[in-house]
Amino acid sequence: MESATHTMLKERLDSRKIRHDFPILSRSVHGHPLVYLDNAATTQKPISVIEAERDYYLLANANVHRGIHSLAEEATGAYEATRDRIAAWLGGVAREEVIFTRGTTEAINLVASSWGVANLKKSDRIVLTQMEHHANLVPWIQLAERTGVELVYLPIDSSGRLDLAAADSLITPATRLVAMTQMSNVLGTINPVEQIAELAHRQGALVLVDGAQSIPHMPVDVNAIGADFFAFSGHKMLGPTGTGALWGRRELLEAMEPVQFGGEMISLVRWDRATWAEIPYKFEAGTPNIAGVAAWSAAFAYLESVGMDAVLEHEHTWTEYLLARLTELPFLQIFGPDDVKDRGAVVSFEVDGIHPHDLAQYLDSRGVAVRAGHHCAQPLIRLLGRTATTRVSGYLYSTESEVDILIDSLQAARRYFVG
Amino acid sequence: MHNHDHQLDEMYRDIILDHYRSPRGRKDVSDPTVVNEGMNPSCGDEIELKVRLAGDKVEELGLHCAGCAISVASGSMLSEIAEGRTIGELKRIAAAVKGMLTTGEVQEDVDLDELSDIEVLEGVRQFPVRIKCALLAWVTLIEGLERYENGETVKPSTTEESAIA
Repeated sequence: MESATHTMLKERLDSRKIRHDFPILSRSVHGHPLVYLDNAATTQKPISVIEAERDYYLLANANVHRGIHSLAEEATGAYEATRDRIAAWLGGVAREEVIFTRGTTEAINLVASSWGVANLKKSDRIVLTQMEHHANLVPWIQLAERTGVELVYLPIDSSGRLDLAAADSLITPATRLVAMTQMSNVLGTINPVEQIAELAHRQGALVLVDGAQSIPHMPVDVNAIGADFFAFSGHKMLGPTGTGALWGRRELLEAMEPVQFGGEMISLVRWDRATWAEIPYKFEAGTPNIAGVAAWSAAFAYLESVGMDAVLEHEHTWTEYLLARLTELPFLQIFGPDDVKDRGAVVSFEVDGIHPHDLAQYLDSRGVAVRAGHHCAQPLIRLLGRTATTRVSGYLYSTESEVDILIDSLQAARRYFVG
Repeated sequence: MHNHDHQLDEMYRDIILDHYRSPRGRKDVSDPTVVNEGMNPSCGDEIELKVRLAGDKVEELGLHCAGCAISVASGSMLSEIAEGRTIGELKRIAAAVKGMLTTGEVQEDVDLDELSDIEVLEGVRQFPVRIKCALLAWVTLIEGLERYENGETVKPSTTEESAIA
């Protein structure tokens, strides 16, 4: 437990000040101020990111990598600068190990259809967890259908945490890959990736981490956590939609075949054959989302100026407040860990007598944006005995007064539907 | 009152909330001729429906709908008007309900005002994402009846593609 002095000395995040940097947060919805609590789905953008994308088109737009002229150089510089930023952000990895994709989903699909298809066979095992998002589930289901590889799932306990005792017995010598989320988009659970990676490596298995929900909210060092692949999205960390990346260890990427073919990813092309470019370009066919990637740099810069430690601390405090206020409501059940040590700012819950869709509809009429449904995790939701839940997710600009508005709206919804 | 609040109240009228809180038709049906299931996976609405036919008339209908207020209410309203009607009549009513919710036009020779509380569902039109919730029970019923007419077996249906024609 930190001393009061230590807390005072740390740079505290001022979410009210931060909100001024996000123009959309001052709009209203159905006559009410927007209360945006759907950050696990996508995040809002600071004006610096919006302007970076606009400025790219105003001043520097050209196609990348091929041109001699100045605009082409500037565009390439902006695009490649983001790659360098990511390499540093992930803990100082090689820039060639960072592949740009459209998002986490495309990144994981790349590993499944390239590394997976080439390396896995019927007697092999892939270990997933019960809390995976469809992006880190369906590609492996497809792979199992193609190759006959066995899929097993690390179970979760009643608190929404992974059953680590089971991990030991499920990660067998036949295991070739453990694919898991670092933070659940439904339960908010932060997983002990390092521990599980150790078990995986002991059996000679690789580790793929779905970082879509984690990296926006905490510092990540891919080598420290023991990942061999790490996938994440730009739009969930203040960046533009259509941006994301796969980090992979050099030897793995160099051995992998590309899955998209065309311009940019080639070296030599003749009528009857083609050779591939070096990594990372081998995996970046065609003209990419240059403007999006260029503007993504500004998102990193913004988070850096705030400090990821400050973001994490803010979210701890905010989530603690959210959980405390939600727990006061007798008609509400929360899913996932109750300790913010093990959970991020994502909370799924159920209100007695109100279906999530009706609840989300009603909250929307009060300007409160939440998500209802299966959250791209149908097997997990069904495991919880539900077909849908309501989900609230915060970020660095979320405030405690927004939590108060949420609570008031939940009480009003209860009166509206139940009486 | 803000226009959107008015629209919301139109969708969630007292009649609909009453059907949601006390849904009609929740009974088992002995010797069912047709059993069908339907779901909207993205919403989490699920319905199971049983019909006993006498000739081409519905002698008894029971259903069990778990889901949002709109899907439950719509199922409840369906159960109030289905018994005693022929397959042909029910097909025309289902088409009329779909028309009411999608284009706002009812092509069939059906007066929805006469049919219990069904025309109250019209408020759902203002919330296109919820139309499939209102149609689930109807689609599940009609698909089940059509399969029976074709001598086919039963599979789950979904209104997710068919709702917005």
